[in-house]
Amino acid sequence: MSASQTFTPAALLAVYRKARLINLVDERFRVLLRSGRLAAVYYSPRGQEILAAAMGVHLEARDYLVTTYRGIHDQLAKGIPLRPLFAEYYAKATGACKGKGGPMHITHPETGVMVTTGVVGSGLPIANGLAWASQLKRDGRVTLVTFGDGASNIGAFHEALNLAALWKLPVIFLCQNNLYGECTKYEKATSVANVAERAAAYSMAGVTVNGNDPEAMWLASGAAVARARAGEGPTLIEAKTFRFMGHYFGDPGAYIPKAEYQAALERDPMPACRAAVLVSGASTEAELAAYDAEIEARIDDALQYAADSPPPEAQEIERDIYGAAA
Amino acid sequence: MSAAAAPNAEVITFTEAYSRALHDAMEMDSSVIMLGEDIADEEGGGVFKVTKGLSTKFGNRVRTTPISEQAIVGAAVGASLAGFRPVAEIMLMNFITVPMDQIVNHAAKLRFMSGGQTHVPITIRTRTGAGAGTGGQHSDMLEAWFAHVAGIKVVVPSTPADAYGLLLSCIFDDDPCLFIEDQLTRTQTGPVPEKGLRVPLGKAHVARSGTDVSVVGYGRPIRDAMVLADKLSGEGISVEVVDLRTVSPLDAETVLKSVAKTGRAVVVHEAPRSFGAGAEIVARIQEHLFGQLRAPVLRVASRDVTVPFARVLEQEYLYKASGIEAAIRQTLEWRAPR
Repeated sequence: MSASQTFTPAALLAVYRKARLINLVDERFRVLLRSGRLAAVYYSPRGQEILAAAMGVHLEARDYLVTTYRGIHDQLAKGIPLRPLFAEYYAKATGACKGKGGPMHITHPETGVMVTTGVVGSGLPIANGLAWASQLKRDGRVTLVTFGDGASNIGAFHEALNLAALWKLPVIFLCQNNLYGECTKYEKATSVANVAERAAAYSMAGVTVNGNDPEAMWLASGAAVARARAGEGPTLIEAKTFRFMGHYFGDPGAYIPKAEYQAALERDPMPACRAAVLVSGASTEAELAAYDAEIEARIDDALQYAADSPPPEAQEIERDIYGAAA
Repeated sequence: MSAAAAPNAEVITFTEAYSRALHDAMEMDSSVIMLGEDIADEEGGGVFKVTKGLSTKFGNRVRTTPISEQAIVGAAVGASLAGFRPVAEIMLMNFITVPMDQIVNHAAKLRFMSGGQTHVPITIRTRTGAGAGTGGQHSDMLEAWFAHVAGIKVVVPSTPADAYGLLLSCIFDDDPCLFIEDQLTRTQTGPVPEKGLRVPLGKAHVARSGTDVSVVGYGRPIRDAMVLADKLSGEGISVEVVDLRTVSPLDAETVLKSVAKTGRAVVVHEAPRSFGAGAEIVARIQEHLFGQLRAPVLRVASRDVTVPFARVLEQEYLYKASGIEAAIRQTLEWRAPR
C-alpha cells in the first residue's frame, strides 16, 4: 500500500475541513429556509457530510462529478465556489446556472460539477459517457457519480453498471445509502442486504463501508479513485449513512422510528470527526474555531453576493434553448 | 427521386446516404464517435447495415453496446459534455421510449438548465415507419413527442441527398438532434449528394414551386406529394410542396410565406392525426393567415390506432397518397357557406 493510502492525521483533518464546510453551509441554509429568507427546494445532506468529503479529498478539479438533487455536499466537496452556488439557490442572474437551473440542476464545469439531476438514477448512464470520453482521450480523469440507495432499484443503475464493467470505464459509483428511499425503508424496497452486493452481478469491484467513518470512507474512496485512474475499471462503493433532515426540507420524517433516529443522532459523524481530529493532534480547538470563523465569513460573503445580485432579466427565457446554428 | 433521375445519373439509396454521412463525418472530425446495438462490423455493421465498415476503419470510435437504451443515450450525453460528438443508434423508434428520460430530461434540457455552461451535441439516429408489416411496436412515428420538448431538434429527410446533408448537419450541430430514418423507403434512390455538403437545420425547403395549394409536411409523404404535384399539373393544378426537413424547431416563416401565396394548405404526415405535428402547423397557419385563407387548412395523416400487422389493416391505418390528392381537390373546390 502506498503512502497516499495511509490515513494520516493530516488526511483526517482534510476530510474534516471539507465536511465542516458542508455542515456549516447546510446549517445556514436551514436557518434561512426556516426564517423564510431563502425560498428554494432543499434536500439537506445533514448526516452525509463525511462520505462526500472523504471522497472529495481524493478528486482533482479536472475530475468529473455527476450528482443528484441531494447533492450540495458532493458539489462542495468537489470544490464548487460558494458565490455562484448560493446565487443559484437565490435564483439570481449571477447564479452558476443564471438562475435557470436551480438547486436541483447545479452545474459548474470549472470545478467538474457536470450534471446535477432531479431524476433518480439518471446520472449513472451519463457518468459512463464522461468516463468513456476520458478513456478515449486518455486524459486520466475520473468520473464520480453519486446517488441514493433508492437509485439502485431503477433500470438505469443496472444498465450503467453493466456497461461500465464491460467497457472498464474510469467511473466510481458512490451509493449513499441513507437507509430511506424518499419515505420508504431500505429493506422494503431493496432485495439485497447491501447495495454493493450488486457489483458482483456485473463483475465489478464493490464494497460496503461505513460512510460516516472518515478512515473507512477515505480508504475505500482512495482505492476506487486509484483503480479508475489506473484504467482498471469502475467501483461500486456503498457508503452506509443516515439522513437527519428527512427527504426534503420540511419533511416531518414520521416514517423514521424515534429510537432509530435517536441512535443515529448519538452517532452523528460530525461531532465524532471533530473529536477524532483533536485526538489525532492534527489540529487544536483554537484552530478548528478559527476555521469555522473563516467558513462563516465565506458564507456571509456569498450570501451578501447572492442578496446583492439581480434576478435574471425576463429575456433570459429566450436564451440557452438552442446554440447558434451550426 | 428515382423516377426523375436521368437514366445514367448516379443515384444512391437512403441507406447509402446515411452510411456516407456517418463515414464522412468520422473522417472529417475525430470527435465524432458512435455507439449502438450491433453497430460494429463484428456484429454485422448494424441490423440495417448503415454503420457497416465504420468500426473497421475507425476502430474504437465505433462501439457495439449491450441492449441498453438508457445506457446508450446516457453515454452519448456524457461523452458530449466532455467534448465529443456522439452519434447514438436506437435501432427502432419505438425503443426510444426506453431512454426517454435521458433524451427529454437531460439531452434536451442541460443547455438551458446549466445556463448555457454545457450543451449536448449528440445525434440519435433511429428507424421507423409503417407499411413494412412490423406491427404495433416497430413502426411508430413519434416525432411529435420530441417536437413538444424545447432544446432538441427533430429531423426527417425526404430524399437521399437531404438524408446525407441533414445527417451531417445534425452531427456537427451543437444541440441534440433526433434523426428519423424511414424503413419503408430505405432502398429508394435519389441523386448523389455532394460530399461534405450540409443541408441546414431549422430551414424548410420549397421542394416544388406552385400557386394553387401548399402541401406542407416532411419525410415519406413529401415523396408522395411530389409525384402528385406532377400528376395534377397535367390538370392545370399548381401544387407547391414545402418540405420541412426539420420538424422542430419549425420554420414557420417558409410555411407561412408559401400559404400566404397559395391561400390553401394541406398538411401531411405519417404519424396519427390527433395531436400530431400537423396540428401545430395548422394552428400556426390560421393564427397568422386567417384572413388570407381561401379554404380551411386540411390534414392528411394516419389513423388514431395502433399500427396493425395484417397488410389490409396496415394499409387502412396509413395515410394515403390518394388522401392527399382528395384533400388538395377539396381545398380547391371549397366554397364559403352563405
